[in-house]
Amino acid sequence: MPEMTIPAHAFSVSTPGSYSIPRPEPVPAASQAVASHFTHLELARERHVLHIRDFSLFYGKKQALHAVSMSIPERKVTALIGPSGCGKSTLLRSINRLNDTIPSVSVTGRIEYQGRNIFDRGTDTIGLRKKIGMVFQRHNPFPMSIFENVIYALRIAGERNKKVLTEAVEKALRGAALWDETKDRLHGSALALSGGQQQRLCIARAIAPEPEILLMDEPCSALDPIATSKVEELILALRARFTVAIVTHNMQQAARVSDYTAFMYLGRLVEYGPTNAIFQNPRLTQTEEYICGRFG
Amino acid sequence: MRGPLHDTLSRTRSHAMYGVCIAFTVFILAILVLVTAYLIYLGFSALSVDFFTQIPSGDPKNPGGMKNAIVGTGVLVGLASLVGVPLGILTGVYLSEYDTNSWLASPVRFVCDVLAGVPSIVVGILGYELLVVPLGGFNGYAGAMALAFIMIPIIARTTEEMLRLVPNSYREASLAMGASKARTIFTIVLPAAMGSTITGIMLAIARVAGETAPLLFTALSSRYLTLDPSRPFPSLTVQIYNYARGPYEQQRKMAWGGILILISLIFALNLIVRIISQRVQTKTE
Repeated sequence: MPEMTIPAHAFSVSTPGSYSIPRPEPVPAASQAVASHFTHLELARERHVLHIRDFSLFYGKKQALHAVSMSIPERKVTALIGPSGCGKSTLLRSINRLNDTIPSVSVTGRIEYQGRNIFDRGTDTIGLRKKIGMVFQRHNPFPMSIFENVIYALRIAGERNKKVLTEAVEKALRGAALWDETKDRLHGSALALSGGQQQRLCIARAIAPEPEILLMDEPCSALDPIATSKVEELILALRARFTVAIVTHNMQQAARVSDYTAFMYLGRLVEYGPTNAIFQNPRLTQTEEYICGRFG
Repeated sequence: MRGPLHDTLSRTRSHAMYGVCIAFTVFILAILVLVTAYLIYLGFSALSVDFFTQIPSGDPKNPGGMKNAIVGTGVLVGLASLVGVPLGILTGVYLSEYDTNSWLASPVRFVCDVLAGVPSIVVGILGYELLVVPLGGFNGYAGAMALAFIMIPIIARTTEEMLRLVPNSYREASLAMGASKARTIFTIVLPAAMGSTITGIMLAIARVAGETAPLLFTALSSRYLTLDPSRPFPSLTVQIYNYARGPYEQQRKMAWGGILILISLIFALNLIVRIISQRVQTKTE
């Protein structure tokens, strides 16, 4: 991997919220792969809900993630950007251990949540996924009613009280800005909704069990611009209640919705910091080149 | 000049091919219409109230009805489904959802494919050896098991294929919400494939309802109306077989009636299948 240099202007330009500081000590690497990434200091002042430490992931023998270390700040939107195949979706899907469903996957390193490594043998993945919800690239409501879609997680948890379920549906649909459009057709098929509505339904479904973290894997890539802007507004609103980690191909989207941005390339975390700093004042040339569209 | 737009030879060929296809289609259709018309013509004259309410009288001149055989086929197919449907579905679930490529799944899949093509008389002989000889005589249970044995591979393979068509995003969404794998399969994946799985089950039922060979060696037949499968058991197909090769005009007529009933039954099953799959399709669109 090429030696990364700090662009000269990183030290001269000073935007509010970014500090001209020398590069911190490199993170000690667990493997041969050097975790040579740059984390902006603003992150240190956040409260973090999740810590990824020296995390590497292999599909069979092919290494997809190289000693990634990053922390996810609480009740902020953190965007993962980078060219296709850089491992950002893989990293996201590791956080709720959804990669477990692929038999050839093996991992090293840790992802710490609530003080425990989620890859510890005794981890209850079912409980973990209740705390860490997920919204997928392709809107995928189940072929059942809107109502049943939203309460799916509550049904799993064994909730039978009709009143509780009805209230949860309203709260989740309001939370996903979908209540007004669906309140008269709650028992109609979810598949009759438009693509954008279906994706917001998936968001409602994910927030209904009140998770702590919401993972979003390119949630707008299958939506038209109007539906996209609605979902983006929603993401900004969700920040008040949830910690959001979002993977996106769309850099304007990352700039619009996120507080922090992590740039990944070839399975490595390159630079991680406040979104405005990453986009206006990246410390590493590689980040700058990607942001400016010179590669990727 | 012959260019791509004026290639009369290939155009003529194309027209000729079209004609040949139509000719053969009409030919096949004509045969089907002929058979059905002949069947209805001969079968209808045998049908009467007695046909559905009487059991065989034993008198070749006045053979009574086929009530016992109609009920018998219902019981046999019902018992076979009771065993074959759950086993077939669970096998299909195993193949599609659990160990898709394990050391066990590939042979199971292969065996299912082979079994689905095994001549049904082989199943009859097997049932005779395993369930008739040890139990000391022809019995309905052996017949039902032989039919179930034919159903299982058909249902297992169709269920597997249909479950594979369920988008993986459903499974991921369910797992990501904290559902266990079993819960995901039984509340999301199977219901999503329900219409087409039911289609497979119905087709398997239609297939075994028309089987004769496996029953000849297992359930045999009975002239009496019985609900006790531990004894020789009546069925439409075997009774048709017995009547059709007999010397008596009246009984051969009865056989035609039986065939008409059987065909109508299978036709109705197929119709139900069509309706169900159409309903499901419009529901998921």
